[in-house]
Amino acid sequence: MKVTKKDLETVALLSRLSIPAEKEEQYTQQLSAILDYIDNLSTVNTDEIQPIAHVLPISNVFRDDVVKESLDRDLALSNAPLKDEGYFKVPKILEG
Amino acid sequence: MSYEAVIGLEIHSELKTNTKIFCGCATTFGAEHNTHVCPVCLGLPGVLPVLNKRVLEFAIKAGLALNCHINGFSKFDRKNYYYPDLPKNWQTSQYDLPICEHGYVDIVKSNGEKKRIRITRIHMEEDAGKLVHSGNTIKDSDTSNVDYNRTGVPLIEIVSEPDMSTPEEARLYMEKVKSILQYIDVSNCKMEEGNLRADLNVSIRPRGTDTLGTRTEMKNINSFKAVEEALTYEIERQEEVVEDGGHVVQETRTWDPERGITLSMRTKENANDYRYMPEPDLVPIITTDEEIEAFRKSLPELPDARQARLENEFGLSSYDAGVITSSRQMAEYFDAVVAAGADAKLAANWIMGDLSKNLNAENMSITDSPVEPERLGQMIGLISKGTISSKIAKKVFEEMWKCPDSPEKIVQDKGLVQITDTKAIEEIVDKVIASSQKIVDDYKGGNKKAIGALVGQVMKQSKGKANPQLVNQLLAQKLG
Amino acid sequence: MKLFEQPSHVLHDMLVNNEITSLELTEAILSRIDEVEGDVKAYLTLTRDEAIAQAKAVDEKIARGEKISFLEGIPGAIKDNICTKGVKTTCASKILQNFVPPYSATVVNKLNAENAVILGKTNLDEFAMGGSTENSAYFPTRNPWNTECVPGGSSGGSAAAVAAGTAVWAIGSDTGGSIRQPASFCGVVGMKPTYGRVSRYGLVAYASSLDQIGPITKDVTDCAHILNIIAGHDDMDSTCVNEAVPDYTKALVEDVKGLKLAIPKEYFVDGMDPDVEKAIRDSIKKLEELGAEVVEISLPNTAHAISTYYLIAPAEAATNLERYDGVSYGERADGVDIVDMMTNTRSQYFGEEVKRRIMIGNYALSAGYYDAYYLKALKVRRLVKEDYDKAFEKVDVIVCPTAPSPAYKIGEKIDNPLEMYLQDVCTVPLNLAGLPGISVPCGFSSKGMPIGMQLIGKPLDEATLIRTAYTYEQSQDFHKSRAALGGK
Repeated sequence: MKVTKKDLETVALLSRLSIPAEKEEQYTQQLSAILDYIDNLSTVNTDEIQPIAHVLPISNVFRDDVVKESLDRDLALSNAPLKDEGYFKVPKILEG
Repeated sequence: MSYEAVIGLEIHSELKTNTKIFCGCATTFGAEHNTHVCPVCLGLPGVLPVLNKRVLEFAIKAGLALNCHINGFSKFDRKNYYYPDLPKNWQTSQYDLPICEHGYVDIVKSNGEKKRIRITRIHMEEDAGKLVHSGNTIKDSDTSNVDYNRTGVPLIEIVSEPDMSTPEEARLYMEKVKSILQYIDVSNCKMEEGNLRADLNVSIRPRGTDTLGTRTEMKNINSFKAVEEALTYEIERQEEVVEDGGHVVQETRTWDPERGITLSMRTKENANDYRYMPEPDLVPIITTDEEIEAFRKSLPELPDARQARLENEFGLSSYDAGVITSSRQMAEYFDAVVAAGADAKLAANWIMGDLSKNLNAENMSITDSPVEPERLGQMIGLISKGTISSKIAKKVFEEMWKCPDSPEKIVQDKGLVQITDTKAIEEIVDKVIASSQKIVDDYKGGNKKAIGALVGQVMKQSKGKANPQLVNQLLAQKLG
Repeated sequence: MKLFEQPSHVLHDMLVNNEITSLELTEAILSRIDEVEGDVKAYLTLTRDEAIAQAKAVDEKIARGEKISFLEGIPGAIKDNICTKGVKTTCASKILQNFVPPYSATVVNKLNAENAVILGKTNLDEFAMGGSTENSAYFPTRNPWNTECVPGGSSGGSAAAVAAGTAVWAIGSDTGGSIRQPASFCGVVGMKPTYGRVSRYGLVAYASSLDQIGPITKDVTDCAHILNIIAGHDDMDSTCVNEAVPDYTKALVEDVKGLKLAIPKEYFVDGMDPDVEKAIRDSIKKLEELGAEVVEISLPNTAHAISTYYLIAPAEAATNLERYDGVSYGERADGVDIVDMMTNTRSQYFGEEVKRRIMIGNYALSAGYYDAYYLKALKVRRLVKEDYDKAFEKVDVIVCPTAPSPAYKIGEKIDNPLEMYLQDVCTVPLNLAGLPGISVPCGFSSKGMPIGMQLIGKPLDEATLIRTAYTYEQSQDFHKSRAALGGK
């Protein structure tokens, strides 16, 4: 199996997802099958090839340093799951 | 065993633009929370960033002023990590193609030794929001509140090579960088507002070796004092760990300025895989050599050049010229004092002496000084002309600090004009000699230093107005 | 023909000639919705009141004798991953089930400026991840031609609505075929414009370097008109091309003489449905008869396109979707601390396919795998693009199937993600290369399901695609066929 249980744990942590024990097998299998297929890329010779991040040759797009109106605070907070006097409220933070 | 420290700094400086890096929200400090936000900086679904042109200009200027190479092709990347002050859970930053690379600054240590600190790179990125905790610290808070006003404020991150080996060098390096950023006017550098803050990386190794020890990091240090104190503490701590046969753990530590110690943050292992990827929503930045040259030409005179000029043009000592040019404001104040007719060396002494003392005492910036450079220049002119003595000048200066009158007026009103009339001084000298037989005998007995006490008495009786040179001359004459 | 069966350009003329009012039209479409939406389930949100109000406003304008623009007063629908200020935008995800954007996408602003009547928001695969609309967190949309079949995806709701007559036109988004493939499955016209031709501002990102908004319409004429409305530069999108937009309706000419069409041999893959292959070969013959020159070409890196796509898209998605963390918008699950809350929120409110793609993406980006996967994919992406660059030095349009098969049964492929991914073989290469593509109806399978022909054009050459598609369309009647929907 390409994706081990340890890989799955690592990738779940990076993804901020918890995988229930009964689903681990299914996920490792599915991800392995997909990555096995994707491995056909390793047969392509890309030694001399530059990676491409943008397909269109656009560069130097800027905005002027001019202030635009901000959102009304009530609107900015309108979708907040929890708010407190104009703040977004979050539970206890452990890491610094 | 004797150890030496290996120190590298990552300095974050907020740029003084009107708007955020990727949206039109204002960057004004101290606004009501969550009022300088829009869909873009809140990271709402569907939004896209557009780069503020001035951020690029400021970053290039900073790069040039810090002797960097400007990359003709540069791009943005996503640095992924989850934190509630980061609405998208990635920071838009630059990874493998930063705007500037390979720079340096020179520092002069208190022993006069000059040292070059190399700069690895400077990149542009967005600042995060602010967390307001319900308790005193993050750890005692059951909840925190998030203010996104600062989210998206433009930053440059200046990464040094680990070229510093003492806390003093680290402080001097940071002071120099601050000074340069202020000279080129790209950042307010108000450390108390978090405009300028540093992450300190430090490790130790046996002196004379070139191995690299395990390093620790202290983030967001925002005063020069803290830079020096935190490093001093941390170097000692690491030495103790090693001396006790232990190993330094690679970790992030916090600096507690009240207790004067660093503390482990015990962050979760494995949490920092930033998974950098090219930012698909921003396009590459291409800067031509012509554009770079135009930026270079637009730079003002920088501290090193200005210091050299003060040394050559006015004969200031290297130390004095260094202090005067350490901030652009002070250097400009100096120039204005000299332009008002003052002798340059006296001007430097007054600025570094009484003026700095008063400013520090009132925690004031030189640009807010109640004594304007013109008046200080005029006052120094009065000293040079012999109208007042240096001692009287101190009184005049204190008066000028309190009121807006010209130094001439103060001297007139308070009757502080120096007595240069030989007769008037002679009378006092005679009186002093007559009433100080013991000192006179002492002097005549060979203790030439005793004359100082007599000068002091004459000055006292003249209420400081007697010209001290004349007093000396007359006393020497009369005592033979 | 009934009103709900008409394309926009016919209805526009009827409005201009006072044969109908916008209110009558809008009410006709709304009653069509009442009649068949229960079978099709194309919509996640209906905005009836706003639609009626808009229709009335347009009628007043007409009554005042003012000129109306093309889409003015004509009811259409918008995919629910495009932000609409004040109207819920869910991306068919539970995590955004209550999300009401405080702003509108640039495309929506343009349609509003046109006074188009917006009926509501259409269903999709959650966050546009999928090719069948079965990945919607709410319900699958059904194919109007056979409600046991999928409508394709991810813009399945938009394509099904146009096919069912519950919208005259619709807007979709296409990251790896999400406009063209459902258009093909539902027997309608769907265009993915060149990357950067239409602003993405307000389109909830799936894979930013691949996503593009485009029209889904009953025929090519409507496609050209709507592209005229939505295309063009936008200061809010750095990747939006800053070049003048031609009048695409000028390309609505029946003439392919002198055009060089190419058949890429790699697109006629093993396992392709024989009905599809026959329909495409017949259509190409038709185009040849109409005066086009047809040559066979090779696009050798097509074989690697799926792998490349399924690294780049999930990698971008993994970061794009990090923002759904329960902090400042969207749903929030309980948690003892912030990490716990974020993890629970994402685990509870994301669907399976979204989780799968996020994990593939993070795997490909993570330390140790970046070079072998993500970076490799960026390099192969260049090779895929260069294949096209080379081909377009010699030809004007590339012709191939839109999908290797017609619409399949709901549930048929849902348990095998990889097999599902392989269905995208004809559509993903264009997204990788940023090229424009259009799917036009070109026949029916033996089971009566629509088949689509895909035309691929040079960058920013949508006009030639429209010209070719229009010429073909006018030569046959496929675009006039309407889904039966049990005789409703």
